[in-house]
Amino acid sequence: MLSFLASVGRVFLGFLVAAGRFSLFTISAVTHCVRPPIYVRLILRQIVDIGYYSLPVVGLTAIFTGMVLALQTNTGFARFAAQGAVATVVLLSMTRELGPVIAALMVAGRIGAAIAAEVGTMRVTDQIDALSTLSTNPFKYLVVPRIIAGVATLPALVLVADVIGVFGGFLVSTYKLGFNAGGYLGQTADNLRSEDVYSGLIKAAVFGFIVTVMGCYFGYNSRGGAQGVGAATTYAVVSASILVLLVDYLLTSVLF
Amino acid sequence: MAAARKIAVRGLRKSFGPKLVLDGVDLDVHVGESLVVIGGSGTGKSVLVKCILGLLEPDGGSVKIDGAETLTLRGSEREAAMRKFGMLFQGAALFDSLSVWENVAFGLIQGRGMERRHAKDIAIEKLGNVGLGPEVGELRPSELSGGMQKRVALARAIAAEPEIIIFDEPTTGLDPIMADVINELIVKCVHDLGATAISITHDMVSTRKIADRVAMIHRGKIIWNGGAGELEHSGNPFVDQFVHGRAEGPIKMEVRAL
Repeated sequence: MLSFLASVGRVFLGFLVAAGRFSLFTISAVTHCVRPPIYVRLILRQIVDIGYYSLPVVGLTAIFTGMVLALQTNTGFARFAAQGAVATVVLLSMTRELGPVIAALMVAGRIGAAIAAEVGTMRVTDQIDALSTLSTNPFKYLVVPRIIAGVATLPALVLVADVIGVFGGFLVSTYKLGFNAGGYLGQTADNLRSEDVYSGLIKAAVFGFIVTVMGCYFGYNSRGGAQGVGAATTYAVVSASILVLLVDYLLTSVLF
Repeated sequence: MAAARKIAVRGLRKSFGPKLVLDGVDLDVHVGESLVVIGGSGTGKSVLVKCILGLLEPDGGSVKIDGAETLTLRGSEREAAMRKFGMLFQGAALFDSLSVWENVAFGLIQGRGMERRHAKDIAIEKLGNVGLGPEVGELRPSELSGGMQKRVALARAIAAEPEIIIFDEPTTGLDPIMADVINELIVKCVHDLGATAISITHDMVSTRKIADRVAMIHRGKIIWNGGAGELEHSGNPFVDQFVHGRAEGPIKMEVRAL
C-alpha cells in the first residue's frame, strides 16, 4: 500500500516538476518576444515555412471538411425539414470552430513536429550550446522567431481555411444536393458576422502560440540522441494537439 | 614574474541527481597559457568546461574571469562575458542550416552586429588560417569530412579573436594524421592570437603537443597538475596509469557485465 502511494506521489511530483519547467520556459519565451534584439529575417523565414508551405495541407483539409459538413448537415437536418439552414451551419462551423481547430491540428502535425525535430537535433549535437558561446541567446535566435511567426501566421491560414471550407460546402450543396447557388451564397452572406470570424482568428493566434511553444519546449529539452529527438517530436505533436482541443473549449466558453 | 590569472576556479561542485560529477574543483589558468585537462571518460571534463562557460549552472563554487565572478551573470552581462570565449566542440557543432562561411562568421554577425560582407571577408581569411580555401566557404557542413568540419569549427572559434579558447576533445574521431594537423593548427592559432587555452582530451599525443601545463581530473577532483614536461615523471600513480594507458593501477574502470 505504501509503495503504491509512493508511486502515485512520485508521478504527481514529476507532473508538478514538468508543469513548473514548462511554465518557466513559456514565461521566458514570452518575455524574450518583447525584448530586443528581434531577428526579423528569421521571423520572415519562419512565416514562409509555417504559413506558405502549410497552405496546401490546410486548404485540402478545409475543403473536404466543408464538403463533409454540408453532406452530414443536410442528412441530419432533412429529418426536421430544415435543409435551408445548411449554408448557415457550414459557415458558423467553419469560422467559429472547424477552421481554427483543423488548421491548428494540421500545423501541429507539420510544423510542431518539424520544430521539435530541428531544435532537438540542435540540442543533442551541441549547436544550441554553440549559439551561447557565439554570444547569441538561443531563446531569441531559435524560440522567439518561431513563436512570433506561429502567432502571426495561423490566423491568416485560418482565414484561408474558412473561405475554402465554406466553398467546399457550397460545391457539395449546389452540385450534389441541388441547392440554388445564388440562394446558398445569399444565405451565407446574410449570416456572415464579423464576430464569428474574429473569434476564430483569436483562437488561431492562441493555437499558433501553443503549437510553436510545444515544439520549441520539447525540442529545446530533448536528450539522448536520435531516440530523444524522436520522443520530443512525438510529445510535441501529441501535447499540442490535446492542448489545442482543451483550449478551444475554454476559449469557446469565454468568447460565446 | 608569474603571469596573471585569467581563469580562477574554486570549489566548483556539480551533481546530476545522485551522481556527483564535480566535487570541489580548484583550477587556475594563467594569461597566455595552454592548459590541458586530462582524465578518463565520464570523469567530469566536459562538465567542468561547460560550467566555466556558463552552459551548465554549478551547484556551488566560483568561476572568475580576469578577477570578476561570472557565475552570477545573467542576460546581456553573460553575453558580454561570453565574447571573451571561443569554443571548439567535440562534434564540431556546426549549424546545418548555414553555409560554412556563415558558420564561421556567425559570432561576428549575430553576436557583434558586424555587416555581412565584412564578416564574410574575415570568415574567408580565418578559413585560410586553418588551411581551407574560399570555395569551401560556400559549401554546407554536411558536405565536409570530419577533419574539415573540425577545421571549420576551429576557424569559427577563432573568428572573433577571443581571449580564451576552449577545445573539447579536438582530435576525437580523427585519423592520426588529421589529428596532428588539428593539433598544429591549435598551437598556431593560440600562439598567433596570444590567447589563453583550455583543452580537454584523453589523447596523450595531443596533450604532449598542445599543453604548457596539464591537470588531471579524477572522480570530480583535480588530483594532479604540473608542467607538460613533468607529465612522464609526475610521481602520481593515477597520472602514470593514465599517461601510459595501463589497465592495471589505481584507476578502476567500471565495466558492467552484459
